[in-house]
Amino acid sequence: MPARAAASALLASLVVLPLVAAADPTPARQSELIHLLRHDCGSCHGLTLKGGLGPPLLPGDLEGLPQEALAAIILDGVPGRPMPPWRGLLPEDEVVWLIGRLQAGIDDAD
Amino acid sequence: MRIEGSVLLASLLASGLALGAAATELRGTGDLGVIVERATGSLLIVDTTQRRVIDRVEGLGDLSHASVVFSRDARHAFVFGRDGGLSKVDLLTGAVAHRLIQGGNSIGGAISQDGRIVAVANYEPGGVRFFSTDDLAPVAEIPATMGADGERSKVVGLEDLPGNRFVFALYDADAIWTVGLDGDALPEVQRFAEVGALPYDALITPDGRYYIAGLFGEDGMVVLDLWDPTAEPFRILDGYGRGEEPLPVYKMPHLKGWSVAGDRIFLPAIGRHELLVVDRATFEEVGRVAVHSQPVFAIARPDGRQIWVNFAHPDNNVVQVVDVPSLAVVAAFDLGPGVLHMEFAPKGEEVWISVRDENRIEIIDTRSLERVAALDAESPSGIFFTARAHRLGY
Repeated sequence: MPARAAASALLASLVVLPLVAAADPTPARQSELIHLLRHDCGSCHGLTLKGGLGPPLLPGDLEGLPQEALAAIILDGVPGRPMPPWRGLLPEDEVVWLIGRLQAGIDDAD
Repeated sequence: MRIEGSVLLASLLASGLALGAAATELRGTGDLGVIVERATGSLLIVDTTQRRVIDRVEGLGDLSHASVVFSRDARHAFVFGRDGGLSKVDLLTGAVAHRLIQGGNSIGGAISQDGRIVAVANYEPGGVRFFSTDDLAPVAEIPATMGADGERSKVVGLEDLPGNRFVFALYDADAIWTVGLDGDALPEVQRFAEVGALPYDALITPDGRYYIAGLFGEDGMVVLDLWDPTAEPFRILDGYGRGEEPLPVYKMPHLKGWSVAGDRIFLPAIGRHELLVVDRATFEEVGRVAVHSQPVFAIARPDGRQIWVNFAHPDNNVVQVVDVPSLAVVAAFDLGPGVLHMEFAPKGEEVWISVRDENRIEIIDTRSLERVAALDAESPSGIFFTARAHRLGY
C-alpha cells in the first residue's frame, strides 16, 4: 500500500482525542522540546523536518490534517510502521504545543 | 628563495590559514578521519595519532544523518548530506574539491571496488545515482520504481560489492536489487521481490558474500548469497520476537559489516532490548545478549573480541561493551545525552564516540576501558576514519 494511502487509512481509523487547551510549556522546556523535535524526531523526519525514512513535517505537509489526529499519531504511534508512541515520554499538552509549532513552521534558527 | 618562503609563510599565517599550513608538510592520510558536525553542516578533520582536530570544513549543507566514504588513496572524503548534497573533501588541504546537490533527500552511499564510482542512495527521488569519483560527473541512475504507475521507493542499505557491483534495499517495495557497472555498458540490474516487509537497513559480510537486511515490518531478517547468482533470498531469525509485543523503537538500528565478529554476527533486534547472535556459516541463532535498551549500533572491535553498543532515545546516554567469547556485558559508560556514533582506530586500541548534546568526542582505550581524551565538536554525529577506504561495505 502506498505510504499516502496507508496514512489516510490510518487517519480514518483513529479515535479522535478530546484535546484540552493548556498553558504553553516554560521557555526552557520549549527549547528542550524543539531540540528533541530536531534531533530525535529528526532521526527519521530529518533535522530540518523535510523528511527521511519518515514523512516530512513541514507546514504544507500537515495542511488539512486535524490536530487531534496528529496528536493521536504522536502519542500512540502508527501500528506496523516505525512511528513509536510518545505517550509516557511526552505529556499531551506538550504534544499539542509541538503540533502547533510544526503547523506554524519552525525557523531554522530556533 | 629563503626570503620568498618566509614571506609566503608570514602571509599564510597573517591570513589566518595556520590550520591549512599542515598541508605544506608531507604526511600520510592513514591515521586521519572526519567527524560530522550535524547541526552546523561542517566536518572536522582529525588526526587520530595526535588525537587532535587539524581542520574544519564548512558549507556542506544539511549533515543530519550524513555519512562518508573515502577514496581508495584515502585522501578524499565523499560526504553524503541529508539534503541530497554530495561533496568531495580533500583531507590534506581542507578544500571542497567538488560539490553538487544530486537529489532531494538522501541517506548515504558507497564507493565501487575500483574506486572510480561513488553511488548515492536517495529517498527522494527514490533510487541510486552514480558519479565519477574524479569530478562527480554523473555516470548512471537506477530509479527505484515499484509497480506500473512509476511510484518510487526510498532506497536503504546501499553497499559496495566485489566486481564493481552494488546492492541495496527498497524500503517501500520490500525488495533487494543488485546492480553491476561494467565499463561503459548499461547498468545491469537484478531484482528480488517480496523479500520481507520494510527493509530498513542492511550489511554485507566483510568478504562481500552475504547481504543481510533488517526488516521493520517482520519478525526476522533476510539474507542474500551474492556468490550464487541463482540464489533467492532466505529468511533468518524467523520469529525472534517470540510472539511478544515489540517495544517502541525511538531510533532505527544501523547495520554494517562491523556487526561481524569472528564466526558470529551480532544484530540489533527491533523492538527488543537484545542483540541477536547468529552463526556466520549456518545463520542459526546461537545466543542473545540482553542489553540496556533498544540497540542502534552494535559494532565489533576490529579484532572481533568486543562489541560496543549504543542505544535509542531516551537511553542514548549509555554505551555498553559485550565480551564476545562469554557474551557477557563487561562494561557500561554514561557519557551524557546523545551518544550517536562509535568508530574504532584501525586496529581497535581506541574507540572514538560522539556525544551530541555534550558537544564532545570521547576517546576510550578499549583494553583498559579508561577514558583517555576528549575533543570539542559542535553537535557531533558520524565519525569516519580513513581505514574504511580499504574495506568492503564501509
